[in-house]
Amino acid sequence: MDFVVALWDTLNQDWPLIAILIKIVAILAPLMLCVAYYTYAERKIIGYMQIRIGPNRVGPRGWLQPIADAVKLMFKEIVLPSGANLFLFILAPVISIATALAAWAVFPFDAHLVLADVNAGLLYVLAIASMGVYGIIIGGWASNSKYALLGAMRSAAQVVAYEIAMGFALVGVIVAAGSLNLGEIIRAQEGGILHWFWLPLLPLFLIYYISGVAETNRAPFDVAEGESEIVAGFHVEYSGMLFSTYFLAEYANMLLISALTVVLFFGGWLSPFQGTPLQDWFSWVPGIAWLLAKTAFFAFTFLWLRATFPRYRYDQIMRLGWKVFIPITILWIVVVAAAVVYEAPMTSLGTWVGVVALVYLAGNWLAGMLRTR
Amino acid sequence: MFEKFLFYLFAAVLIFAATMVITRRNPVHSVLFLVLAFFSSAGLWLLLEAEFLAVTLVLVYVGAVMVLFLFVVMMLDIDLAALRAGFIRYLPVGLLVAVGMAAAMIMVVGPRYFGLEKYAAPARHGAEYSNTADLGTLLYTVYVYPFEIAAVILLVAIIAAIGLTLRRRPTTKYQNPSSQVAIRRGDRVRMVKMPAEEKVPQK
Repeated sequence: MDFVVALWDTLNQDWPLIAILIKIVAILAPLMLCVAYYTYAERKIIGYMQIRIGPNRVGPRGWLQPIADAVKLMFKEIVLPSGANLFLFILAPVISIATALAAWAVFPFDAHLVLADVNAGLLYVLAIASMGVYGIIIGGWASNSKYALLGAMRSAAQVVAYEIAMGFALVGVIVAAGSLNLGEIIRAQEGGILHWFWLPLLPLFLIYYISGVAETNRAPFDVAEGESEIVAGFHVEYSGMLFSTYFLAEYANMLLISALTVVLFFGGWLSPFQGTPLQDWFSWVPGIAWLLAKTAFFAFTFLWLRATFPRYRYDQIMRLGWKVFIPITILWIVVVAAAVVYEAPMTSLGTWVGVVALVYLAGNWLAGMLRTR
Repeated sequence: MFEKFLFYLFAAVLIFAATMVITRRNPVHSVLFLVLAFFSSAGLWLLLEAEFLAVTLVLVYVGAVMVLFLFVVMMLDIDLAALRAGFIRYLPVGLLVAVGMAAAMIMVVGPRYFGLEKYAAPARHGAEYSNTADLGTLLYTVYVYPFEIAAVILLVAIIAAIGLTLRRRPTTKYQNPSSQVAIRRGDRVRMVKMPAEEKVPQK
């Protein structure tokens, strides 16, 4: 054990490049495993939601299904469409997966567990995430196919609309936390479940999460793929490993959005029992366990949404993005900025939001009761 | 040493990409090379410790503006022959403009005003230096009026652009989403109870 620690120290000092490479592998290898089993979880969970069992043939209870899928995809032929721009055709999935993975570089897994603790971490994540759409647009264009191009067009319009809402939601978080560093943002939420930003920034949290679903092209915002309209959208011409690269990127992006939601609005590695009598009982739980548990919940909601909602119509998507989300985010940035300027603590803003939300929900429930009478 | 290597790498990629932007025939390729050019200039800004500017360049130009560019360019029906048709005819005008711009740029950023002996290299800051905070403080204190004026001009431009392109045609049919959302089952479907058909007695 001492030998390993000593080796690690020498590596860090004399060969920083190799040490960084090892750290990258330590992040990406579990991530890829999570992505593989996320696809399995999706098929199982949606299966149970639709009262069927889902994959259960490969290995015990189907646990080896993702491995079998990966092997199958690896050995499939990569079909290159005639008239396609080959360089861009192959580059596009690479851009997709590169941006999906690069964003994890600044992600804080625990108080001191982060690969690159950069000052402008949140901006970096946003910039990298905004590049992901190039994978889809270039892929759709380079395929030389009508359906692929239509999918790419839809995706471009959707991403531009929702990225603005997403960016504004993040501005609210930045104003509330007073920092662009993801670790600092988590530390600003210290003090228990009601101190986390989801309550004072409730509208921004909802908008951020929904925009995240739209950014990853997941149901109910999956018009870029829309099986019933344009076959498979932007990746209709892709097969084999190139297709699975897109697939991996999409699922890695879903995990990234879930994890970012946790960091920005649900206190990252902070324990939910902070400030309650239960605090000491759970003090042995490492921060990363809380982070992973919360992330798993939001990853689950992605699947839940897909099993619940029908696909949005294209004009409804545009309306929601431009006419509903962007005005609300701007309004809430003003509210948060006023709270910061007048030095009102975020928790008192949270109390107000909580009261208003409860009153609204109770009123809605009452109105529903009266209507059914 | 490594920094110098990075600078020349980014600079070389930037010049290569910029050249390709104006020489490629296919507009989509041009736009993609422009993306590469923005990206490498963001890298150059990072070397200057201007991480906010670099990331914003990628975020705004690469992430949003160029996506819109691509969106429009992909929609275009590109006729390469028509694009090349007037090349010789417009060459003199183009050359004149190019020479004029080059002269103006040399006058502003020529070797007389520019160089290491005129401007010392900016001091290196530590890892905890935040360019974002510095920039924000400067923008909202020293340069607050120019900043606000620029913002107002942009706002006016946005409103003018929308005002110029917005036209209401009487034939267009609009949907009212709030009434669509507020619809109840009873407004669309009426459940009717009917007695089952009685069997006709056989003769």
